[in-house]
Amino acid sequence: MPPRVNEAIEKRTFAVLVDNEPGVLARVVGLFSARGYNIESLTVAETDTANHASRITIVTSGTPLILEQIRAQLDRMVSIRTVQDVSSDPLGIERELSLIKVRGTGEQRAEALRLADIFRAKVIDTTHESFVFELTGASSKIDKFLGLMEPLGLVEMSRTGVLSLTRGID
Amino acid sequence: MTTQTTAEAETKTKPLTGAEILVRALVDQGVDTIFGYPGGAVLPIYDALFHEPKLRHVLVRHEQGATHAAEGYARSTGKPGVVLVTSGPGATNAITGIVDALMDSIPLVVITGQVATHLIGSDAFQEADTVGITRSCTKHNYLVKNVNDLARVVHEAFHIATSGRPGPVVIDIPKDVQFMPGPYIGPEEAKPLHTYNPRTKGDPTKIAEAIALLATAKRPVFYTGGGIINAGPAASQALRDLAHMVGAPVTSTLMGLGAFPAADDQWLGMLGMHGSFEANHVMHDCDVMVCLGARFDDRITGRLDAFSPGSKKIHVDIDPSSINKNVRVDIGIVGDAGSIITDMIAAWNEGGYKKPDLADWWAQIETWRARNGFAYRKDPNVIKPQYAIERLYELTKDRKTYISTEVGQHQMWAAQFYRFEEPNRWMTSGGLGTMGYGLPAAVGAQMAHPDALVIDIAGEASVQMTMQEFSTAVQFNLPIKIFIINNEWMGMVRQWQQLLHGERYSHSYSESLPDFVKLAEALGGVGIRATTPDELDAKIMEMIDSPRPVLFDCRVAKEENCFPMIPSGKAHNEMLLGDDGTDLDSAIDDEGKMLV
Ligand SMILES: Cc1ncc(C[n+]2csc(CCOP(=O)(O)OP(=O)(O)O)c2C)c(N)n1
Ligand SMILES: [Mg+2]
Repeated sequence: MPPRVNEAIEKRTFAVLVDNEPGVLARVVGLFSARGYNIESLTVAETDTANHASRITIVTSGTPLILEQIRAQLDRMVSIRTVQDVSSDPLGIERELSLIKVRGTGEQRAEALRLADIFRAKVIDTTHESFVFELTGASSKIDKFLGLMEPLGLVEMSRTGVLSLTRGID
Repeated sequence: MTTQTTAEAETKTKPLTGAEILVRALVDQGVDTIFGYPGGAVLPIYDALFHEPKLRHVLVRHEQGATHAAEGYARSTGKPGVVLVTSGPGATNAITGIVDALMDSIPLVVITGQVATHLIGSDAFQEADTVGITRSCTKHNYLVKNVNDLARVVHEAFHIATSGRPGPVVIDIPKDVQFMPGPYIGPEEAKPLHTYNPRTKGDPTKIAEAIALLATAKRPVFYTGGGIINAGPAASQALRDLAHMVGAPVTSTLMGLGAFPAADDQWLGMLGMHGSFEANHVMHDCDVMVCLGARFDDRITGRLDAFSPGSKKIHVDIDPSSINKNVRVDIGIVGDAGSIITDMIAAWNEGGYKKPDLADWWAQIETWRARNGFAYRKDPNVIKPQYAIERLYELTKDRKTYISTEVGQHQMWAAQFYRFEEPNRWMTSGGLGTMGYGLPAAVGAQMAHPDALVIDIAGEASVQMTMQEFSTAVQFNLPIKIFIINNEWMGMVRQWQQLLHGERYSHSYSESLPDFVKLAEALGGVGIRATTPDELDAKIMEMIDSPRPVLFDCRVAKEENCFPMIPSGKAHNEMLLGDDGTDLDSAIDDEGKMLV
């Protein structure tokens, strides 16, 4: 067996369809904490009321062996219907929503607005010395935008974590 | 599974209460025995039990005892064990046995009472967050807040506990739900709440690949585990057929003993930390390893990066998460061990493979066997613990015998020296290593097999953890035999302190031991003591012949160590042996000392 220490850490997004019942989120989160897996982001909401299904999107990281374990461990939980590896699926789409507050006046303020326009961020609140932007996109795009806002007066932000779906008809 | 009862006809007219629905569902699931302890939050269920003659209720003395008894019942019958306890302390006392069942894949359905729904979350008397506490130690759990769900939940709980990789399922039922009238539905009509259908049939392509690999092996081995026992007696039979077809040696984990007969020439004995010399060497040197229903636990592999370095590995397991968890394998096949072994045999026959020539391999194995790794020095004046178990085996082997154990040296010696020819005859706490498991497990096994000889091979320290269940045995006329290997030490702890901690025997001496003979008598059973080798056989016979529960105080050599031993952090071929004069203090390096 190859020594695990040399295996590179990878990032992975899993879309997990679960039975919508009390405690199901605790089960999933409990699995990650009990086995020492990372959670980089996690989103959950009911997505199919008629079928009592919720969708959890988890971004995690680990060696290939750990990622395989995470998937298998999720798969065998009674409350989990399906587990999809979105990041290794060429049809996978990942998006994140963020709200970003930037404070500034004069040229800095104008520059923030110009950059927001380039990133297609929406202004959803404004005062004479601040904006709140709404930006949707891949997490890397949001990271990039945040990096640019930093010197221009980034005050606060809130991110949903990754949501995912696959392209195509099914 | 549905049994036609008069109660069934009545249901149509009169609605049942939640408690009655539960009891009815248990009967329809074929349950005949419940291990339990009453309390405020389960009184309606106890009331319903009062009117149900089909369910025998075994009143334990502590809820932990109920869970281990249910495990003993399950392990010795292949059926799920059922436990009934009250809320709060009843449920928390049951936790150890629930974790034990999870680790060893034992099917249990544990019913816990809960405070009334409107009181949940108010820190009510005897309220505990049972579903929260048991979430990580059950295969699945339920809080039933609506009586309309109850029948479905109970039926589903049995399905989940017994299918796929078996395990414990907890059903927490608030007291008001137990009183509420509701509908009953039988196991057949009950629509499952969850779609839980684990894969049982193995992938035929992988099975064909595995067989092709096995057919070319020069040094193959079958490494089997508790999964074969869980797959039922047919799986054990199929294993025997496959092994004979291939002619390869067979070893097993602690949990799998009995699946392959110890009397068979191909049997190597148990492997792992205290496994046989030959089994561990075979594991280290094999070229094709076929793991069937075992999980590459650290007690088995020893040092991971030196584990069987030259072999191709095939792993058959019902639980996909067991594959590639600790050890990377070349072929992983998910499914039921029995079904897959049967398909392997078919694939072997269809492929026209012939029994390979393994003469060289067997010649090598014979040299390891000749080393006799279990050898110990006999003593004419002192009973050696190994000798006690050898004699126990010789004097009981021709009877229908079920053996349970506690945890420690005696457990390992039992695994080494008691020989099992059939599955379901051996009950021990493997994964969790729970001292106190054996006595209540014997109670459960004896309930299931009233005419059998049920023996708990115990340590004097372990047995004191659930000693009070001896009273249960007395109450229910269960003639269990508690055979205490009394070395006056927590022997396994003492052995580790000797090897790893400079012989500083910190708090491992069994001080102030009770007089076990008097204790047995005080509890209403029989006490027997043996102190010398000459009297041992006669005393064992006296124990066997007694129709009552017996506590047998077998006074053995105090400082015997259990060998072979793969020291922590070492490989299979670095075993310590009992009589080779290794300097024990230096046997384990600093890195090894960090491991358990
Ligand atoms: C509940 C529990 N507590 C502690 C341990 C750690 N432990 C493992 S073996 C052992 C000593 C057992 O002593 P005894 O029952 O006398 O058996 P022996 O090793 O002497 O045969 C201890 C304390 C355990 N396995 N289980
Ligand atoms: Mg002892």
